[in-house]
Amino acid sequence: MALYPTDVRQIAHLARLEVSDDEIADYVDKLSQIIDLVDQLQQVDTGGVVPMAHPLDMSQRLRADEVSEENQRELFQRNASAVTDGLYRVPKVID
Amino acid sequence: MQRQTIAELSRQLQDGSVKSRDLVERCLTAIEGPGRQLNAFVSVCGEQALVAADAADELLKAGRAGPLTGIPFAHKDIFCTTEVATTCGSRMLEGYVSPFDATAVARLREAGVVLVGKTNMDEFAMGSSTETSYFGPTGNPWDLHRSPGGSSGGSAAAVAAGLVPAASGTDTGGSIRQPAALTGITGFKPTYGRVSRYGMVAFASSLDQAGTLTLTAQDAAMLMEAMAGFDPRDSTSVDRPVPVYTDELNTSLAGKRVGVPREFFDEGLDPDNEQRVREAIAVLEGQGAKVVEVSLPNLGLSVPTYYIVAPAECSSNLSRFDGVRYGHRHQGAADLESLYKLTRKEGFGAEVKRRIMTGAYVLSAGYYDAYYLKAQQVRQLISEDFKRCFAEVDILAGPTTPTPAFLLGEKTDDPVQMYLNDIYTIGVNLAGLPGISVPCGLVQGLPVGLQLIGPHFGDTAVLNFAHVYQQQTQWHCLMPAPTGTPDAADNAGGAS
Repeated sequence: MALYPTDVRQIAHLARLEVSDDEIADYVDKLSQIIDLVDQLQQVDTGGVVPMAHPLDMSQRLRADEVSEENQRELFQRNASAVTDGLYRVPKVID
Repeated sequence: MQRQTIAELSRQLQDGSVKSRDLVERCLTAIEGPGRQLNAFVSVCGEQALVAADAADELLKAGRAGPLTGIPFAHKDIFCTTEVATTCGSRMLEGYVSPFDATAVARLREAGVVLVGKTNMDEFAMGSSTETSYFGPTGNPWDLHRSPGGSSGGSAAAVAAGLVPAASGTDTGGSIRQPAALTGITGFKPTYGRVSRYGMVAFASSLDQAGTLTLTAQDAAMLMEAMAGFDPRDSTSVDRPVPVYTDELNTSLAGKRVGVPREFFDEGLDPDNEQRVREAIAVLEGQGAKVVEVSLPNLGLSVPTYYIVAPAECSSNLSRFDGVRYGHRHQGAADLESLYKLTRKEGFGAEVKRRIMTGAYVLSAGYYDAYYLKAQQVRQLISEDFKRCFAEVDILAGPTTPTPAFLLGEKTDDPVQMYLNDIYTIGVNLAGLPGISVPCGLVQGLPVGLQLIGPHFGDTAVLNFAHVYQQQTQWHCLMPAPTGTPDAADNAGGAS
């Protein structure tokens, strides 16, 4: 299935990726090729087949809801580029 | 530089004929000298390595050392390490120093392994050639103009060239086995869930598995005894006792059954490559194993299935890179959405963006059933094919790749061509099985690999078959001639 430039812009928005106008043609071309590749699956009869979410037959492990990690805010925030008073800084969200 | 196995080095360290400091110094000299032209390393931590080596030498002197104490080692740059940056081959994580260690890193350190540096890789492990790395491609030590494969290409090239005796890797669709095949070394991918994923930067969580790049299956077994095991910090870690892999290496193959899937020898496989693999299977037969033909009828669907499942999981996993908490951040964004979009535009390379967008598309409203659900169903069919085979045989054998190493740049502009190259390795990840690639000869002077695949938790059998094969053959001892001239270094590096 061929994608159109409008599709690529919509997908890029969903993925929160900025795509400039001069990149669109290349994405249309290559993503269309990838979608063509995966479209082969449409020919397969999968009636009654249980979807496989995980390679091993195992269920999600649960644990008691107890504090197991200490707060290491300063250590973790060392990798952030903008921090003030222990809070992450982002552009203004609410007027 | 002379290559030595972990087993040999371990003996020498234990009997005092060599010091860990000497081994580490030798590695550092090789990495900074002849190794530079390969661009196999993203970072080197020489000072910390020498401190760790001295500590290892103290333990050895005191008689308190284990089999891995003092062995120099490199981690693929996807494993979080506190002592040195973890970039995952991406501008997004350039300079990122993790506040915690990956479990695999911590366990190997506890076992006495000495980290000398971090190896180059395709960006976020998305690639089969190590060309998508932000830090430039890695060269194949057999021919610098060729790719070492990927995504664990830096680890493979480093081990093949003798810069380190062994290195870690991760395998989501073949990223350990394929580079091992293309560089003439041994690459082991354990059963899904065997080695903790904690601290291993996530690409596709239901497929990712850590493993080893070594000279021999015996070395892989030695490393696995330290790396494998239950980890409460990884929700998909398997809570089962870890076998003593090295105990079973010499078990006789007499009466064992080797399945040869006919789909592994279909069109697309280089005839000389096929010949080498058939000769390798004959070696197993010579050890008393019975060879039978089997079928994996849905194998041809594994590549399209993978290119739905893996991008879907990657688009979700990589949504964490938002420019706020860690990693690259666009400066001067006017609003939060622009901060996200511009940060990700600048931080990710072309292949990673394509996969994120493919994933976002197949998961988007109205397409989920047609793509993701369908892929999960076909994944079930592929997995059932393998289960049917393992009801009849102990192991499957076939090629790891269709051809020997391809030229750098040969497939970079055609992602689908690059994807189709992984036809023999991807099914193993979809089914969560253990697999190994061992060198089985040369094609036009370049190494190719025999792939051995076991059932779930058949890791011991896979290592046993590979070890017995390596006791009968010398292909794993072949090493590339010292390549290139010092000025070739200028072509290998540089950020893309």
